[in-house]
Amino acid sequence: MTDKTLILIRHAPHGTSFAREGIEAALVGGAMGMAVDIVFAGDGVFCLLPDQSAGALGQKGTLPMIKALPMYDIETIFVDRVALQQRGLEVSALAVDAIECELASVTASYRQIVSF
Amino acid sequence: MKYTLIVYGAPYSSQAAHSALRFARALPGLGHTVATVFFYHDGVYNASTLITPPQDEPHLNQAWAELKTTQGCELLVCVAAALKRGVMNDAEARRHGGEVHNLGEPFELTGVGQLLASAQSSDRTVTFAP
Repeated sequence: MTDKTLILIRHAPHGTSFAREGIEAALVGGAMGMAVDIVFAGDGVFCLLPDQSAGALGQKGTLPMIKALPMYDIETIFVDRVALQQRGLEVSALAVDAIECELASVTASYRQIVSF
Repeated sequence: MKYTLIVYGAPYSSQAAHSALRFARALPGLGHTVATVFFYHDGVYNASTLITPPQDEPHLNQAWAELKTTQGCELLVCVAAALKRGVMNDAEARRHGGEVHNLGEPFELTGVGQLLASAQSSDRTVTFAP
């Protein structure tokens, strides 16, 4: 069990602002010197795909924020293996270096999880 | 145990805020307390003092204020999420040239960093999303 906080992203980059606001929370935590890791699961794995643009709704893209995570000392980016498989995605095709994981075993090791 | 509750749901649009309130009210009976309720995403609308439901429906803004009175918890609202949705206190309204405001005591505008800080200082964090 770790005292780090885990940010769990379950929503796709567009359609709602959950993914964006969750990634923002992770960046703010990093900027404040908190120990934060992040995991992408469910439709959240779509946030990690390359070649995203801002989109027609005027929402900013989330990928530049995800690529900035290491600059905020958030080095560990997990992605749920099952969510990738269900959507026909390979970890090697993602835009960032993410660690494939079993979601339940990751979440079980964090005392605090903030879910988006 | 100390709990942090996170509310993402707008009042009357989804069950999220109602469920969070019921959860919060049940905690003391089991020996627990709510330390912080954090309103983020569409949950910030819970903090609007202009909420005016029909008389036969629960008044969610007042219900949160009563929760603070009975349990002494913080009612924190993410300032970035609130401002872009038109929920702000007097100081923010003045800063942005507005003439009206719709947020005041017992709700407080704060940064999302406070959400993570609250979670880390609590024993449990529970999210209520639409």
